[in-house]
Amino acid sequence: MRRNAVAVVGAAETTELGVIPHMSQIQLHADAALNAIKDAGLKLSDIDGIATAVETPQQLAHYLGITPTWVDGTSVGGCSFMLHVRHAAAAIEAGLCKTVLITHAESGKSMIGKLPRSIPADSLQGQFEAPYGVYGPPSMFPIPVLRYMKTHGITHEQIASVAVFQREWAAKNPRAMMKAPITVEDVLNSKMIAYPFRILQCCLVTDGGGALILTSADRAKDFPNKPVYILGTGESVETPMVSQMETFDSSRAFRVAGPTAFQEAGITHKDVDHLMIYDAFAHLPLYGLGDLGFMPHEETGKFIADGNTRPGGKLPMNTNGGGLSYMHSGMYGMYALQESVRQMRGIAPAQVKDAKISVCHGVGGMFAASGTVIFTNEK
Amino acid sequence: MAEPARARPKPTPETQHYWDGAKTGELRLQRCDDCSHVYFPPRPFCSKCASRNVSVFKASGKGFLYSYVINHRPAAPGFTPPYAIAVVELDEGPRLMSNIIDCEQTPEALELDMKLEVAFQKVDDTLTLPVFRPAKG
Repeated sequence: MRRNAVAVVGAAETTELGVIPHMSQIQLHADAALNAIKDAGLKLSDIDGIATAVETPQQLAHYLGITPTWVDGTSVGGCSFMLHVRHAAAAIEAGLCKTVLITHAESGKSMIGKLPRSIPADSLQGQFEAPYGVYGPPSMFPIPVLRYMKTHGITHEQIASVAVFQREWAAKNPRAMMKAPITVEDVLNSKMIAYPFRILQCCLVTDGGGALILTSADRAKDFPNKPVYILGTGESVETPMVSQMETFDSSRAFRVAGPTAFQEAGITHKDVDHLMIYDAFAHLPLYGLGDLGFMPHEETGKFIADGNTRPGGKLPMNTNGGGLSYMHSGMYGMYALQESVRQMRGIAPAQVKDAKISVCHGVGGMFAASGTVIFTNEK
Repeated sequence: MAEPARARPKPTPETQHYWDGAKTGELRLQRCDDCSHVYFPPRPFCSKCASRNVSVFKASGKGFLYSYVINHRPAAPGFTPPYAIAVVELDEGPRLMSNIIDCEQTPEALELDMKLEVAFQKVDDTLTLPVFRPAKG
């Protein structure tokens, strides 16, 4: 894909975030979509490409009244939207469509019109993982972390500091769910969920959604907002079974998606002004920093605990407050993308001064999938 | 009201040998007869070289504790928290998810890299699950 050939020209979240019991999941999709279309100054009839996950693109097209010439229902978990951005950019470049709408929404808390996510008993997970007592992401996602800590010499306090600094960013964001300051001690004394992780190291569970509009960079200058260009992208998958990851001291999907995006963007880590690493649980930013090549894994814990990613640090990370403190409806990738776009537009509540390049890295399933999108505001 | 039951595996034709083996007290793995790769979960081809020339064999049942969590909440149906959900690395190479029996379910007792051996937990007449216990000696 050519650098800067495609831009984000519309971006919005749902009108409300948090607990939204008066809206069904598909209505949350529509709310986010209509907000993004308005943000781009478009009409619904301008949309000729759509992508979404969990909800089907046919449901979304029907509900909104869109007649697409390109659709993508890639559904690989919370980073699906990073993959949608990548696929949409390629489709726009290939001339398959001109204006793409990507939506996410989930009634994660209120469970209104939420599609079931069951594990069939005859699937590989149903046979070889479910009988051993895994029950939801908190009992699965952290399974690799003790091995990561032992291999790389990472401490409990260092991982707890991820949650502490996410909360510092959230305090600057009026839309964040959790804003009260917390300490490492608070994290390590909070309610135990699945050792070694306590509740403050696990993401929130909320309702909400978000949507993006992409079009070719040639057209992007005619839109009301500052275009945010797509500089590089990457994607990969590994395994839906967390027990079958190649190794627990690194994520293969991260190691493919992240460096692919950096290579495509033609940038080095020094060029990165702003970073989003999907933090469904507190260990993910450590895996991300290592696997994206910012530093050896042995240094990730110290790097975060020393304050390098907190407000005022040299690598501002998860500046919306992250899945740990901002919000998490079940598939957080869209919110990470929204924050990267806000930072590149220069309108984020905790704006990183003069930021020109934002790296947005996502995960899907329990390390099952990964997608990375690198944005810039310079053509 | 009866307690909801523990999740049960429903074998498929390619995995039946594994579950039949567990019932007779055997932990069965598969090996590629062309490249010697040992793999899990069961499938009728080598996940390394794609050869369909594969055999089922009885594993040693020995391995070590690769990683785990101790789940407190929410507990899966049929489980009493806190309980460890462990990943065991077998001497033959593959890893698999399991539970650790005959061992306190605490961070102090569950030491990473501790040696383990397979045991077989009979759930009922039709299902036996391979689990692991600290190795003797």
